[in-house]
Amino acid sequence: MTRFADQPLEEHIAQWRAYLRRRQALDGPDVEELEGHLRDELMALTEAGLAKDEAFLVAVKRMGSLDALSREFARAHSERLWKQLVVAPDATDQSANTSRAELLVVLSLVLAAALAVKLPALFGIPLSPDEELPPFYARNASLFAFPLLTVYFVWKRGSDVVRGLSLALPFAAAAVFANVYSFHNPGRLDSFPQGSDTQVLTVLHLPIALWLAVGLAYVRSRWLANGGRMDFVRFSGELAIYYVLIALGGGVVTAFTFTMFSAIDMDPAWFVAGWLIPCGAAGAVIIGSWLVEAKQSVIENMAPVLTRLFTPLFTVLLLAFLATMAWTGSPINVKREVLIGFDLLLAVVVGLVLYAASARDPQAPPDLFDGLQLLLVVSALVVDGVSLAAMAARISEFGFTPNRVAPLCENLILLVNLSVTAWLYARFFGHRGSFAALERWQIAYLPVYSVWAGLVVVMFPPVFGYR
Amino acid sequence: MDLSKDLVAASATPLVLAILAEGDSYGYAIIKRVAELSGGHLQWTDGMLYPVLHRLERQGYVAAKWAASEKGRRRKYYRITKEGRAQLAAQRQQWRAVDGTLRGIWMRACTV
Repeated sequence: MTRFADQPLEEHIAQWRAYLRRRQALDGPDVEELEGHLRDELMALTEAGLAKDEAFLVAVKRMGSLDALSREFARAHSERLWKQLVVAPDATDQSANTSRAELLVVLSLVLAAALAVKLPALFGIPLSPDEELPPFYARNASLFAFPLLTVYFVWKRGSDVVRGLSLALPFAAAAVFANVYSFHNPGRLDSFPQGSDTQVLTVLHLPIALWLAVGLAYVRSRWLANGGRMDFVRFSGELAIYYVLIALGGGVVTAFTFTMFSAIDMDPAWFVAGWLIPCGAAGAVIIGSWLVEAKQSVIENMAPVLTRLFTPLFTVLLLAFLATMAWTGSPINVKREVLIGFDLLLAVVVGLVLYAASARDPQAPPDLFDGLQLLLVVSALVVDGVSLAAMAARISEFGFTPNRVAPLCENLILLVNLSVTAWLYARFFGHRGSFAALERWQIAYLPVYSVWAGLVVVMFPPVFGYR
Repeated sequence: MDLSKDLVAASATPLVLAILAEGDSYGYAIIKRVAELSGGHLQWTDGMLYPVLHRLERQGYVAAKWAASEKGRRRKYYRITKEGRAQLAAQRQQWRAVDGTLRGIWMRACTV
C-alpha cells in the first residue's frame, strides 16, 4: 500500500475503510479495490495542490453516497444479500406487510392447509390407521399445500390479481390431470398388474411439475432476471432442510403421543394417522417456507455446507463402485429399482453441483473443490454411461413399459445436464470459460425437469393405456 | 451540460467496454479516461464504476485479475473478453441506430 506520511489522513482512510467493511454488500476485495481508488484520487488531488484534509473530503465526495454504492454492489452481487435481503427495498414490499400481518397470514394458511387435508374425508375418502393410504391422497399430495404456498408468495410479493389468477392455472390443470384419468385398479397404489404403474408415476411427478409454479410465484417478475431463479434454488434447499427438521420434531411428538396415551390404555392411532401426520405434513410446508423467508440467517447456507461435506463422500462412493465393478466384472441388474436408483444418484450429483454453484463466488478462480466437483461429475457420467449401456442392451428384450421409459428419459435429461456441466467445468479449468457460464447453464436447465414431469403426468397414462 | 442519470447508466456498459478494448486498465484509470473522452460532460460518481465492472465480469464480458501496480500496491486489472468484444459490437449497432434516428429527425427540424 502507498501510505501517506500524514498520520491523520491515514486515520481518516482507516475509518472510511471500517465504515465500508460494515456494508454487507461489499466483501474484502471490493473494499480493497475501492480503497485503492481513493488513494489514487488522493495522490492526484494532493499533487494538484490541495491540502490533505481537503483532498480527503473531495475524494470521498467523488466516490459517491455509500448507500447508493452498496445498493449498486448489492444488485451486482445478489448472492451476498440472500442473508440480509436488504436488496429490493421497493417501498411497496415493506409498507403494508408488517411481520404481525405476515404471521397472521401464515397461520391462516397453515390452518387452511390442515383443513384441505381433511376435506376429502367429508366426501367419503377418510384417512385411517387400519387401511392403506388411499391413492387419492398420494396423487393430490402436492395440491394440499403448494397452492396455499403460492398464495403466500403472491401476497408477500404483492403481485396483482391477474398474476395471481394466472398462477392458479397450473394447479387447476394439475387437479384435473391427477383425477380424471381412469387408472387401472385405482384403489391400489402399487405396480402393475395389481395396481397401475402410470398412477405411481403421476404421484411421483406431479410435485416436481408444480414446484415450477411455486417458483414462478416466488421470484415474481425476476424469473428471467439475473439471480431470481438461483434465489429460488437456495430457497428450495433451505426449505428442504427446515422441513426435515420439522419432520424430526413431529416424529418426537408422535412417539410421545403413543407412549403417553398407551400408559392410560388409550390408542391414539386414529388421531396420529388421521390428523397429526397428514395435517402436520401439509402445514409444515407453509411453516417451513415462512421460516426460510423470515429467519434465513439462522441456518443460512446450510445447503452449501452439506454440499461441501457430501461432495467428497459421493465422489469416493462412485469411484469405489467403478473400481469394484471393473475388478469383479459383475453386470448391472436391470430392475425398476435399479433404474430409479441411478436416476436418484444423478439427481443427487446435479443437486451437489447446483448448490455448490449457488454458494460460490462466480468470480473466484478454480480451486481444489472445483476439481473435486469435476471429478464427481465425470465419475457419475462414467457410472451412468455403463449402466445406460447395460439397460439399452436389455430394454428391447423386456419391451417398453411406463416404469422403464420414464426413468430412462429422466436419466437422459440428467445425463445431458451433467455432460454439459462437465464440459463447462473443463473449460473453466482451462481458463477458457467462466464459472458464470456454468451457473447460467444450471439455471437455464431448471424448467426442463418440471416440464418433463408435467409431460409424464399428462401424457403417460393415456399413452400406456392407464396400466 | 450534465447528462441525465438514465443516459449515463445506459452508456456505462459500451463506454467501459470500449475503453477496455483500447487496452487493459483499472478502475481509477477508466474513470480518468471517461472524463477525458467526454470533456467533462459525463460525470460519474467514482464508486459507481465498480458495480458496473463487477456486473460485466459476472456476465463474462470482462475478466479481472489482481496484480501489483507500479507502486507495489495490489490493484485489480480488467481485460475485455471475446464475449465482451461481441457485446461491444452489438451495443455499437444499437447506439448507432439511436443516433441515426435522432439525427434524421433533428436534421429535418433544422431544414424546415
